[in-house]
Amino acid sequence: MSTDQTSREEQFAVATQWQLTWWRFRKHKLAVLSGLIVIAFYIIVLFADFFAYADPHATDSRRSHIPPQTIHFFDDGAFKPYVHGLTQKRDLRTFKLSYQIDPDRKVYLDVFAEGYRYNLFGLIPSSTHLLGLKNAQPEDGIFLLGTDLVGRDLWSRIMVATRISLTIGLAGVTVSLFLGVLLGGLSAVYGGVVDMMIQRLIEILRSMPTIPLWMGLAAALPNTWTVIQVYLAITIIISFLGWTDLARVVRGKFLALRNEDFIAAAELAGASQFRIIFHHMLPSFLSHIIAATSLALPAMIISETSLSFLGLGLRPPAISWGILLQDAQNIETLALAPWLLAAAVPVIIIILAFNFLGDGLRDAADPYG
Amino acid sequence: MTILDVKNLKKYFPIHKGLLRKLVGHVKAVDDVSFSVARGETLALVGESGCGKTTASRCIMRALQPSSGEINITIDGKTTDLAPLQKAELKPFRRHMQMVFQDPFSSLNPRMMVGDLIAEPLLINGMDNESERRARVRELLDLVSLPTAYMNRFPHAFSGGQRQRIGIARALALNPSLIVADEPVSALDVSVQAQIINLLLDLQDRLGLSYLFVAHDLSVVKHVSDRVAVMYLGQLVEIAPTEALFVTPRHPYTEALLSAVPKPDPRARQERIILSREVADAANPPSGCAFHPRCSFATDQCKSERPHLQDLGQGHQVRCHHARTLALQGVGPSV
Repeated sequence: MSTDQTSREEQFAVATQWQLTWWRFRKHKLAVLSGLIVIAFYIIVLFADFFAYADPHATDSRRSHIPPQTIHFFDDGAFKPYVHGLTQKRDLRTFKLSYQIDPDRKVYLDVFAEGYRYNLFGLIPSSTHLLGLKNAQPEDGIFLLGTDLVGRDLWSRIMVATRISLTIGLAGVTVSLFLGVLLGGLSAVYGGVVDMMIQRLIEILRSMPTIPLWMGLAAALPNTWTVIQVYLAITIIISFLGWTDLARVVRGKFLALRNEDFIAAAELAGASQFRIIFHHMLPSFLSHIIAATSLALPAMIISETSLSFLGLGLRPPAISWGILLQDAQNIETLALAPWLLAAAVPVIIIILAFNFLGDGLRDAADPYG
Repeated sequence: MTILDVKNLKKYFPIHKGLLRKLVGHVKAVDDVSFSVARGETLALVGESGCGKTTASRCIMRALQPSSGEINITIDGKTTDLAPLQKAELKPFRRHMQMVFQDPFSSLNPRMMVGDLIAEPLLINGMDNESERRARVRELLDLVSLPTAYMNRFPHAFSGGQRQRIGIARALALNPSLIVADEPVSALDVSVQAQIINLLLDLQDRLGLSYLFVAHDLSVVKHVSDRVAVMYLGQLVEIAPTEALFVTPRHPYTEALLSAVPKPDPRARQERIILSREVADAANPPSGCAFHPRCSFATDQCKSERPHLQDLGQGHQVRCHHARTLALQGVGPSV
């Protein structure tokens, strides 16, 4: 046996559960890639305003429905990204605004440029943005994904929407996780009547069609509530059903583990109930909870997006992906400004990424299975 | 001197049915079992699967709450009945009786290092000094012939036999006087079985342990035990010194079990007794002698009258109406 192989076996022998899980997860290339995408999205959540370059709430009637703009990266053979200026013309027969590229005007892009003021993490005042323009005239602008009817920049709005859409999912999963672990744990530990009641409750909740239930609950929200209040209420509404899956996973794991001999061994050694649950049982299904959570998150995100899309979730001036997609609801806008559909792209990417990540985590979760 | 004296131990599991969980009956997993284990002795508890031997052993360990009966354990000349004790009251007795499990894969927490696994009983029972614990773990690993360098490894790096050694080391951590071994070798390869059995016998000699050895493999039992208790459907049907039981079984069920032991000599072929029908339902045991539907010697008396455990002398007890008249075939002392 070569020394290399021996040392590798030695490494395996002393590997902790998390190391084994990571080694197994690493083999699932798609899941690793998805994990990176998810991390990238949450970086955007943290620095949404930095990645935006125009105030997402600033309207400008002279910038209505500007189509996406091309960035030119090379000027005279040198790397100097620029965009062309736009001239605006109104079609006198249809009264539709149209924009023409002015090939002579080059506005150069700048990184870490000054822009609108915002508070980083809601605390630190800043006005630095990833992109900006050098020596711009007031009429110049960057329109990576175009603008909406009232002239708000779509790219910047998608960046800021990511914050709400992805955190509402996290908040929803946190509430679900709490309810799921609590009720699932109670169900397993106490058994009997408690177990039966919790399980029947789960079955009843799961048999309800989700959209009408959410619509009913969302319709009950007073429209005098502030954006924050609505946000919290929506979180609770979407986690209302989300906990049931987690509760079942937790109950099943609890019951399975209770019959494991190593639990009996700990009991016979005189271990307290507390030690058994927190030292032996919880570490054994923590990885499963993490995997179940990563699979529950995309459902939460979709829920928020669909509720907001239907006008039942968050309401403007809040910005979420669902609210952005509301603008793309009618065929007329779609014909005139198809770029408004771009808000669906991050939804699709993050949902797929979460699903692949969850799959990878689930497969890697139990390195001993 | 006895260390463990079990009297009239019963464990009934209630059967509930329907939405309201109405009580419709009981599974009599252990039905009035009495036996004792002397200090330094090995008592084997044998029977087919489902006969209640594991339930009995778990009741004795108080992993289960027995329905009734006494579990008297004698420590330093003081006898205590464990059956009525609460969980907290049991703790001081736990250190004197430990268990070796059947499945070496599920009996070790895969998330703990071997050193921590073996040290856990020490930690729980108040050995707070880390270096003291590690010294004890080293001693224990040495005792079960595992390199002390394995302390930092996780159970997944070990074979079944090695894992069972770890399990034995953990059971020995608190210096118990009684070890309840629940089929400690039946999950292992035959070649490894011998090593573990020899280890158990060696430890018994060195540490003066008493074993309650639960098993279904009679060839193993013959090798390790001083006395054998045979269980059928929750009851003891025969209990005798090993030699007597193997050579002159007095219960037809014991005879059938013995005939199933593989013989090393292929020419010494012997008629195997194949029991007809399945083992009866413990929730609805047959009338009279529980074994009568499968017994080739059954008479009308067996169908109606419940046999009692009768003493045949020399520590040989049997639960059969015809124990004195039947001429049953044992296995020769040479096997």
